[in-house]
Amino acid sequence: MKTGKTFGVAAIVVVLLACFPFGVSGYILGLLTLAFYFAVFAMSWDLLFGFAGEVNFGPSFLIGVGAYTAGLLNHYAGFPIWACVIIGALASVIAGLLLAIPALRLRGPYFGLVTLVAVLLLQNVIVLFAGITGGEIGLDLPDVLSIDDSNNYWIALAFMSISGALLFGLSRSAVGLILQASGQDAMQASALGFNVTKHKLAAFCVSALFSGLAGAMLIFYEGTASVGTVVDIAVGVQVIIAAVLGGRRTILGAALGAVFLIVAGELLRPLGELSTFVVSAVALVVILFFPGGFLGTLLHTGDR
Amino acid sequence: MGDLLEVSGLTKRFGGLVAVKNMHFSIAPGEILGLIGPNGSGKSTVMKLIMGIERPNAGSVRIDGVEVAGWPSHKIARQGVGIVFQHSRPLHRQTVLENIKLALLPDSLLQLFAASHIDDRAREIAARVHLDHVINRLPGTLPFADLRRLELARAIARNPKVVLVDEPFAGLTSGEVADFSNLIASFRAEGHAVLLVDHNVKGVAALVDRVLAMYLGEYVAEGSAESVMQNETVRQVYLGGKIETAARRDVAAADRKTLLSVTDASVFYGKAQALENVSLTVGAGEFVSVVGLNGAGKTTLFNAISGLVPTTGTVSFDGATLAGRTPAQIARAGIVQCPETRELFGDMSVRENLDLGGQHLSPPDASRQLEWLLDLFPILKSRATQAARTLSGGEQQMLAIARSLMMKPRLLILDEPTLGLAPVILEQLSKALEVLRQTTDITVLLGEQNVTFALPHADRVYVLEHGHFIWEGTPERFAVEAGAQFL
Repeated sequence: MKTGKTFGVAAIVVVLLACFPFGVSGYILGLLTLAFYFAVFAMSWDLLFGFAGEVNFGPSFLIGVGAYTAGLLNHYAGFPIWACVIIGALASVIAGLLLAIPALRLRGPYFGLVTLVAVLLLQNVIVLFAGITGGEIGLDLPDVLSIDDSNNYWIALAFMSISGALLFGLSRSAVGLILQASGQDAMQASALGFNVTKHKLAAFCVSALFSGLAGAMLIFYEGTASVGTVVDIAVGVQVIIAAVLGGRRTILGAALGAVFLIVAGELLRPLGELSTFVVSAVALVVILFFPGGFLGTLLHTGDR
Repeated sequence: MGDLLEVSGLTKRFGGLVAVKNMHFSIAPGEILGLIGPNGSGKSTVMKLIMGIERPNAGSVRIDGVEVAGWPSHKIARQGVGIVFQHSRPLHRQTVLENIKLALLPDSLLQLFAASHIDDRAREIAARVHLDHVINRLPGTLPFADLRRLELARAIARNPKVVLVDEPFAGLTSGEVADFSNLIASFRAEGHAVLLVDHNVKGVAALVDRVLAMYLGEYVAEGSAESVMQNETVRQVYLGGKIETAARRDVAAADRKTLLSVTDASVFYGKAQALENVSLTVGAGEFVSVVGLNGAGKTTLFNAISGLVPTTGTVSFDGATLAGRTPAQIARAGIVQCPETRELFGDMSVRENLDLGGQHLSPPDASRQLEWLLDLFPILKSRATQAARTLSGGEQQMLAIARSLMMKPRLLILDEPTLGLAPVILEQLSKALEVLRQTTDITVLLGEQNVTFALPHADRVYVLEHGHFIWEGTPERFAVEAGAQFL
């Protein structure tokens, strides 16, 4: 079984990664920790793009709502981290629903455009109410997940692994099959009796839930919430590139893409300004010549 | 027991165009109704209205007594309607079995694992449509007929009371046609109501219990296959009234220089062969008509000539081969195709559309050509500033032809210009073509399913069926030798 094999390989990779703190510098652990949260962003995004067939140009809207809701609750109300994270994720789902219900009525590129505008709106609101949100400078948080690099790393790895397993499982389930059919041929799917809008909306909620969770966890790892790390359009663009690079419709590929993007960006840092250029160029080449992405090309050589 | 499907007063408008007008029919359990009409007559729209893919403007659709008009598709599907689309679009990363299972799943967000009986049921259905030997293959590796079988399997998986089948036999070999006929007949035996949609009576006569003919969105005739074929209006629609021929200022055929020659052209769409070793020649100044029913391969032939679809065999124009040239280069060389779909720029005015056609002419040339065309189609003069989208169907067709002529083609390819047009418009169009033929030495290749329209102007006629030519000759001989093919 292809699904089983993919899962097995992923499990081995996770076990290997879990051993890293015993022999790798704190600097690299920190880098990977960030990459793992990014991986969840990208996997959530792939569920929407790869399966529901909807391009969400504003993944950082969902991430940002989760992160800032959690951050504000912690900063002002002093809620414990776990409560902030859960409420943040729920807020992200609600915000996602408010956005998706009207947006899914639109056809063609308009869904994507609505999500893009939503990011700009969120960014503006945060900057506008700088007195409360910290604006461009950011919102510092009284609590952090842990001050220990290894612990932070393990938390992020566990979170990514569980999220990945759930999202991957969902994509291979019966519901995932219906979702894929809805994304590829809505007319056909509804002629088979499936309520396409319902399934896409559900996918959006799941995507929002994991994006919000990851966004909230990320700021408690960093100890601060800022527009530049969780809301900015550039963050969303990175998420999208990571998912496409890793392989559309693979879920796990998105995680691969995210880790590659973050790690490569860091390795090339000595190049200075050029590093972003090189990473972008690699991404462009992969997308142009291997539109299946890393994992897509690996798993599905032959079928488009 | 009452009828499973009852349609009455069904009407659908797209903007100003009435695609379906006051349609009514019913199908009893265990009955197969053939819905017949030429391309553009609205039969596919009727099917989409029943399925809820399009929403009717008025009228009623009852499934086993329940009114479903205006419901969303998925609810109509659950009420007991299944559709077999003409083009199958399976999930490509899932096996045949998984594709069939998909159709068996409940519309639930909580069903994470398919119940085991679904697997058994899917295998049963696969066996019924003879897909059992390929059950673990990916759809991309299957031949065309098996993809159609998969489509059929998915439609019957839900055990619908009413089955809609769009062009059941398009692209199938005669052996496969027999196989599919049996499968469809088995629906009847099980008491389903079946609606077959097709272009002509001939294709489905053996299978159907009754035939309903429609034309231009309207109900024309209903009854047994023979009685519908005898119906006067139906004969008019397919054969036209009297077949008229008019000779042109004569040039002996032998004196003509060959302008276009196509040799052994074949075209495949994926796995379906649309054109099979077709050869044709058109002499300079000649008017050649290719007649054939929809789906016969006319558009494919023209697209092959214009370089729009890859083809084997050779196409040469004015002595030079067109192999390796882009469609744009071919158009510049003088082969201009006026497509069936017209492809007007809807938001631009009539004048702007024409000006675009004359882009590569020098300004004085362009204005001379424009003046000549506005004389040929006077209606366009009065519509010059109107957006092309707001024109009637006939006016749009005239504009499309005029725009093609603006390019000063050496060979004008007209693909199905009469599509969806009312008889009175046909007459105007026919007159314009006659003027064109009498006053210029333009070479025309016309594709038509309307024989009445295609014959009067033609110097020579080809008959295309299932991707190859079955007859070639002069219009005079056509009525005697090939006319009977056309019902």
